[in-house]
Amino acid sequence: MERIPILKMGGFLLITIQVDMHDRLAMTLQNDVTDMIVKTRARGVMIDISMLDMVDSFIGRMLGSIASMSRILDAETVVVGMQPAVAITLVELGLSLTGVRTALNVDKGMELLRSSIERKEANGAFVRD
Amino acid sequence: MTAAPKSRIAEILNHYEGDLLKDWMKQQLTGKAVPTDLMKESELRDQCAEFLRLLREASRGSVTDMVGSEWTELKNLLSDITGSRARQGFTPAETATFVFSFKQPLFDRLRQAYGKDADGLSMDLWNATTLLDNLGLLTTEYHQKGREDVIVRQQRDLMELSTPVVNIWDGVLALPLIGTLDSERTQVVMQNLLQRIVDTGSAIAIIDITGVPIVDTLVAQHLLKTVAAARLMGADCIISGIRPQIAQTIVHLGVDLKDVVTKATLSDALSIAFQRTGYTVRKGGRSESVSSNGTEDGVQTKVASRAGGTQHL
Repeated sequence: MERIPILKMGGFLLITIQVDMHDRLAMTLQNDVTDMIVKTRARGVMIDISMLDMVDSFIGRMLGSIASMSRILDAETVVVGMQPAVAITLVELGLSLTGVRTALNVDKGMELLRSSIERKEANGAFVRD
Repeated sequence: MTAAPKSRIAEILNHYEGDLLKDWMKQQLTGKAVPTDLMKESELRDQCAEFLRLLREASRGSVTDMVGSEWTELKNLLSDITGSRARQGFTPAETATFVFSFKQPLFDRLRQAYGKDADGLSMDLWNATTLLDNLGLLTTEYHQKGREDVIVRQQRDLMELSTPVVNIWDGVLALPLIGTLDSERTQVVMQNLLQRIVDTGSAIAIIDITGVPIVDTLVAQHLLKTVAAARLMGADCIISGIRPQIAQTIVHLGVDLKDVVTKATLSDALSIAFQRTGYTVRKGGRSESVSSNGTEDGVQTKVASRAGGTQHL
């Protein structure tokens, strides 16, 4: 079965969506991500959707729910590289993905993840060795 | 027109091309068809001669319908003439009259050719009048089309002109909006802005609405959509240039701008943008001497803005 690979990069998970998302694929991804977060104890998840040029409301909602699920598992989610057309579509669909952090590209996304995790640790959250 | 005798228009055009041209020129110059201040006689003569030549060629086929390929050149010529005349300031009526004024010389020749043959004459007069009417109508059509092209081009220019996205600093875009925002324009504005955000990798965009005369719920909604879309891509938007009346209107309309950073002026927005990108702006020029003449305040400011740089922390 087709799957979207999830790469582990340091303490983060990197997901690059390079194919057209259909509903089954999205559900599988959701399962895989939550599994991986628990397995690798990742602190951050980065979803790169720069190759995605079409979204529907289901995929939009899926992005939102992955972010919420990760938060419950204590991992920050950042969505990077959204195309203008995709952003416009999501806004027109009324999905502004509140609660999902966004960045322009992978570089900036990494920066964002690092700084937000640092802040969290500074605030007295559990620090891993 | 099964058994109808052959039209003699082509034959007449062939035989009397020179005479027709002379008569036609006289007709146009004596009549009020050509405002002679707008074009020279020689130019007119060239156009007429070319028209006659092409008409003669074209009328070798059928003169009643103008669908054949032999008419293409004549149509092109008319299109060119119409275009140049429109630029010279001719009205559509004057351009059409150019063609219509050919009727009289042609009719005269037809009458001579047919003599007492009333049936033949009336048939060919009808043919000639249909032909020239059609050609005249074509010029009007071309005139109209030229105007429409201009309007379309101007609309496009206006659209482009009115939505410039300025790269105001490294990583900071500014979008000064001027004029009323309707759905179509907002669409273009939004696309331009988002595309530029991707192209430049800017994390902050300032939307300045100083030039927007009226903000109603629709405009506010459009703005919020743009802000939301930019946020989805990972860029923050600041709305600046909100005039007092507009602030009042926004509150009265019940538009919720809580999630958007708003500033009264562009400079406030810019300083926030500098803060977020990690730049500081400070006055410099302490080492530079202020020239003795001129008001001190003005000069000081000038020096500051020239020498005072922006430094990366």
